[in-house]
Amino acid sequence: MFRNQYDTDVTTWSPQGRIFQVEYAMEAVKQGGCAVGIRNKTHAVLAALKLSQDADLSSYQKKVFKIDNHVGIAVSGLIADGRILCRYMRNECLNHKFVYESPLPVARLVRDVADRHQVATARSWKRPFGVGLLCIGHDQTGPHLFQTCPSGNYWEYYAIAMGARSQASKTYLEKKLDDFEKCDLDELVKHALRALEESCGTRKADDKDGKLTKQNCTVALVGEGKPLLVLDGDDIAEYVDAIHSEQEEATGAAAAEAEMSIDTSQGGDGAGDLPSVPTQAPTTETGAAGGDGQAEEQQPMEEG
Amino acid sequence: MIPHCQLPSHIATGPHVSPFVSHNEAGAPYGDHRSEDVHVPANPASVPFAVAPSTDKGEVAMGEPRKHTTTPYVTGNSVLAIKYKDGVLMACDMLGAYGSTKRYKSVQRIIRVNDTTIVGASGEISDFQYISNLLEELMTQDFCYDDGCTMTPSEIHAYLCRVMYNRRNKMDPLWNSLVVAGVDKNGKEGNKSFIGSVGMLGTSYTDSHVATSFGNYLSRPLFREFQRDDMSLEEAVSLMQEALRVLFYRDKTSINKFVLAKVDGEGVAISKPFALDTKWDFKAFMNPSKHAVGSW
Amino acid sequence: MSRWSPYDLNGGTCIAIGGEGYCIVAASTRLSTGFSILTADKSMILEVNDKCLIASAGFDGDRSQLHKVLTFRSENYEHFHKKPMSCPAMAQMLGNTLYYKRFFPYYTFNLCAGLDDQGRGCVYTYDAIGSHERVGYSCQGSGKDLVQPVLDNQLKAPSILELPPKVAVTSLSQAEAIETVKIAFSAASERDIYTGDAVEIFILTPEHGVQKEILPLRRD
Repeated sequence: MFRNQYDTDVTTWSPQGRIFQVEYAMEAVKQGGCAVGIRNKTHAVLAALKLSQDADLSSYQKKVFKIDNHVGIAVSGLIADGRILCRYMRNECLNHKFVYESPLPVARLVRDVADRHQVATARSWKRPFGVGLLCIGHDQTGPHLFQTCPSGNYWEYYAIAMGARSQASKTYLEKKLDDFEKCDLDELVKHALRALEESCGTRKADDKDGKLTKQNCTVALVGEGKPLLVLDGDDIAEYVDAIHSEQEEATGAAAAEAEMSIDTSQGGDGAGDLPSVPTQAPTTETGAAGGDGQAEEQQPMEEG
Repeated sequence: MIPHCQLPSHIATGPHVSPFVSHNEAGAPYGDHRSEDVHVPANPASVPFAVAPSTDKGEVAMGEPRKHTTTPYVTGNSVLAIKYKDGVLMACDMLGAYGSTKRYKSVQRIIRVNDTTIVGASGEISDFQYISNLLEELMTQDFCYDDGCTMTPSEIHAYLCRVMYNRRNKMDPLWNSLVVAGVDKNGKEGNKSFIGSVGMLGTSYTDSHVATSFGNYLSRPLFREFQRDDMSLEEAVSLMQEALRVLFYRDKTSINKFVLAKVDGEGVAISKPFALDTKWDFKAFMNPSKHAVGSW
Repeated sequence: MSRWSPYDLNGGTCIAIGGEGYCIVAASTRLSTGFSILTADKSMILEVNDKCLIASAGFDGDRSQLHKVLTFRSENYEHFHKKPMSCPAMAQMLGNTLYYKRFFPYYTFNLCAGLDDQGRGCVYTYDAIGSHERVGYSCQGSGKDLVQPVLDNQLKAPSILELPPKVAVTSLSQAEAIETVKIAFSAASERDIYTGDAVEIFILTPEHGVQKEILPLRRD
């Protein structure tokens, strides 16, 4: 209803009590490349899907950043906004280290960066940040995983996914949640990659037919006594190959089983017992009122 | 300004900032008050902790008095701290001396910062009270973040190093030597004791035992000889008492009213004021001139 | 009444020797003020990374601030460039950092030493306000006057006055150079009251990274 009247700037409320500019910014996050985070009692890991303008001609956009030896982030949405926040976070960590000679507790860093998000939602001359962050870290209270949102909200999670088609990853994470607690770091990374693969789209520029490759994803991990490590390219090839070969085995087994007993059609093509068609992340959640498609009409700026 | 609201200038600016705009100026600010309120020794140079406003013209900038501490006024003396098996001990007396006058006798110079840290100070008492406020703000911040993280002794030490160094950079030092002591409970291999010291210039160090001002001469030799990181609480307390006793015998700006503070895994405990047994009735003390009768 | 001074001199000696394929950086650990010792165990060496170390004698407050500033900048450098700062780069930055405070100097006397891109030892020596030059070996701090002539005499490095200029690294083997450092410190601790208690000796090699050794000295 009259959405256009209320969405021109960030200081205007709609009669329903909403601030559309902030919701549009959240929309930008949903269109960014998927990122997955998982943590257990000892470690936290991130996996993110890198987009590229053209898989053959351009590089993949960097979207996992090291903040400090104990903190890393993955960015979905406007990567350029993410880089600004990344610089801010790095500075906060360095300043804390300068004064206190100790690493900045992760929760404080995330709260500070969320406050920064919030300020941009309450000033007429500002624009909300178009990014969500997944932030992993390890401090005196153990490993952590946080998500921030352009609105200034932030949450702590055991496992979460954000970005395009992330619903499929979340489904995987919900299903496997109980496994994370007891698995080791390698297995945790594989879980993150499997979850990420759920959200691989079929857009040609994104990836190779809905598959992870060593080029189109990045992993970051951190834990007790293990400084943050960002893995790219050949460093994650092993993990990617491992999950693919496991899947093939599972598929083979499923196929064999299907042949044996005809009545149980497993339909396991690729991802075992998981939904094979990735659910499209709902894009019209905010467009419910009136549905004049303002969000859909917005031409996304360069996103990743 | 409303005339009757005008504060006497020594209150408005505080008596301890050098008040002179110029000696020659007629009716120099609070010339009269000073002789009553502030003890000005005949020759300031000869007296330690002399309470003398600077007469250096270079000290006056833009016709304004210089609002920097150039000498301390009410001072505390030595602070001692040692590590023992389960944590740390810290002790000092309760005197706030005004020059060599024993002016205030119940000054608490050891404060509890949080459950794992205490800070003790020698030097200017007012500056220490300011530092206490800084630390309290820091702990309020910890409380407000509400994330289960609290500052460790080493973090507080590092913070105080920056505070002290920054003030010396402004040529406006906080006139203290601080001792930070406590227990770090976050380590993987159990509780870890910490003792660190910062001077007014930002000079800092950590050690198994620390003593400021006179304590560095009188108590640390004892600590070097008898302190061990694995000593029991009883041993540590008696070593500390011995060190305090020696200090009290030899340091004229000390009183026999001490506090002893302890930090271990259980938390912080600061004792009530106590006195030590002392012995003065040595023969030589009773008639000090007995062996120095003189020549006539 | 003597005016308050923002400076103190906390003593200590440091030595750096560059050789073919190694670099040695060593510093005493005594922290003094006036005629009293504050602690016997305070490091004066900053490990920037495994190719670059900085040893600083002088005023401890300025030293710790300087080391923090340098750490801050080198970490930012790593974020931006995805590689650790090289020793020559850090050497230039240290010079700039010192000169930036030309009129309220860091009262520190620094050595920046490590391995250059060829894996050869490199040593830079400074004054408090940032003048510096690359040398083959150097020494700073309270024991400088005692140690420097010994190094000049014992290290058999080509003179910097020689023409055409030669890289002034010592021809001594690593073990011989370490021995020389140890003797130099033991000797300095005999006569310099500000040098004593212990020396930290860092050995940098391309093969083994940073190795650390501690040699006890006179404690009186």
